Amino acid sequence: MTTNILAIVDHAEGKLRKSAYELVSEGRRLADASGGTLTALIVGKEVNAMAAELGEYGADTIFVCDDSCMADFDADLYTAAAVEVIKTTGAGIVLVGSSPTDRTLAARMAAKSGVGVAMECISARLRDGRLIGTRAMYGGKLLADVILEADPQIITFRSNVLNIEKNGKAGAITPLAPPPAESKYRIIEKKVRHTGSVELTEADVVVAGGRGMGGSDYTVVEALAKNLGGAVAASRSAVDQGWRSHEDQVGQTGKVVSPKLYVACGVSGAIQHLAGMSSSEVIVAINNDKDAPIFKHADYGIVGDLFDVVPAVTAQLQKMK
Amino acid sequence: MNVIVLLKQVPDTESIIEIADDGASIKTEDVKWVVNPYDELAVEEALQVVEKNGEGQVTVLSAGIKQAETAIRSALAMGAHEGILIEDERLERADTTATGQVLAAALKKIPHDLIIAGQRAVDGDNYLVPAIVAESLDLPILPVIIKESIADGKITCEQVIQGGTMVVEADLPAVITTQRGLNEPRYASMPKIMKAKKKKIASLSLDEIGITDDSLFSNPKIRVESLQVPQKSRAGIIVEGGTPAEKADNLLRHLREDAQVI
Repeated sequence: MTTNILAIVDHAEGKLRKSAYELVSEGRRLADASGGTLTALIVGKEVNAMAAELGEYGADTIFVCDDSCMADFDADLYTAAAVEVIKTTGAGIVLVGSSPTDRTLAARMAAKSGVGVAMECISARLRDGRLIGTRAMYGGKLLADVILEADPQIITFRSNVLNIEKNGKAGAITPLAPPPAESKYRIIEKKVRHTGSVELTEADVVVAGGRGMGGSDYTVVEALAKNLGGAVAASRSAVDQGWRSHEDQVGQTGKVVSPKLYVACGVSGAIQHLAGMSSSEVIVAINNDKDAPIFKHADYGIVGDLFDVVPAVTAQLQKMK
Repeated sequence: MNVIVLLKQVPDTESIIEIADDGASIKTEDVKWVVNPYDELAVEEALQVVEKNGEGQVTVLSAGIKQAETAIRSALAMGAHEGILIEDERLERADTTATGQVLAAALKKIPHDLIIAGQRAVDGDNYLVPAIVAESLDLPILPVIIKESIADGKITCEQVIQGGTMVVEADLPAVITTQRGLNEPRYASMPKIMKAKKKKIASLSLDEIGITDDSLFSNPKIRVESLQVPQKSRAGIIVEGGTPAEKADNLLRHLREDAQVI
């Protein structure tokens, strides 16, 4: 059964997000498996330069909605544009990333189309033209295979779970006029917090500090993260203490990350925290309590004071360079 | 000002979750049920809106089976004025689309100036119900917010986006969804818990809210085919060394040579 695929890609500061490459690569694989076409959709202002690159990862057609009214994420307008492209391409499967705005877009498209959405999948496969998505439920205690029973099948993927593959197609670029829809709300102001730093959910390496940090001084954790090219995270208890902001929180009521390497420093390993990081490829735990639950979930553990061990790791890393 | 909070009861994070015999749902007998943490933020924010406004009331609305009354009572104990449960056995296994439609159908009969929902429920993590409610009621929706203020019939919110926030504004009535950082939910005092126990929770049937189409439940839009316990085996190696530098050196060798992640 032929199924056309649509990948909706995100970007920031004039660059495609990592999820964009992941989604288009996965879209190519699914399109090849089903004999359908892969369309990519990019929306924003001055996004034309990024569009061509999407062809290199296998998009047959790239719809570009480039307009000043689409400069910032307006969920009403973005949803209208996406739903229109779903109709024109006859897409049976729609792939979306997992930033807060990606998830909002997926939910809004599903609501408008009267279908479900498989959120935050870690993998997907086709069976008779239907997508089976695998995703965590109950705070990561279980993995579910879910099937979307109505088209379009909308699926969002966690960052860092899909392979990026080049597949030169030099896709055809098609301009798309902004939708005639009107937004039900107004964007007053956009506040970008950190430019240039690695986004936590997309980072290959995450270094987290927990209760064992004992205060808001994260210098040792930040130095290790910097030397590994990674991002800094915090456990819920560290955030509750006011040591780090909520946006750094990894856990059930925070962000879910799947980096190649997760280094937990002074993190006890509460269930709430494990829900946010247990799908990491390799987990390192550094804790002075040899009975801390985190060691049961780690590949490598060091029992010791994090304020001795973490700077030592940073120092050894610098020697290697 | 009529503020409605959409409430879901979910398994407590510390509960042990076991797969039921059908392989696609969980055993519910021994689960400890709590209010979805994001919905607690919604209740708190609703109370603050009414307190700030000087008048109005907070109504908590849930769709589920009888047992969901416990969650509604927790919200009443926090200070919510009224609780409504849309009660039907079929709601226990309803998918997000059905749940959203049911809540929206009820809301068509309940006066509302502001609807506050958790951004997601931490059991299914679907993020979908508030969007369906807003779509069905043709209301603006401002999701994942960490701040709100209301003036002149408008709500202004700070919404979380990747790497920052966005200030957005909509006319009331509107739907907003919560993010951690919005507030610190209050604890219910003993007298309030006692008082909440005596409050009557209104019950609505699906018939009463005009849901007569069984296909909403018999033909779900998303279905869990199977559940598994994640099997990720970890190396579980304790890295030894006489000094922190030795431990660090041994760790990096493992990461470079065995795990090949650096």
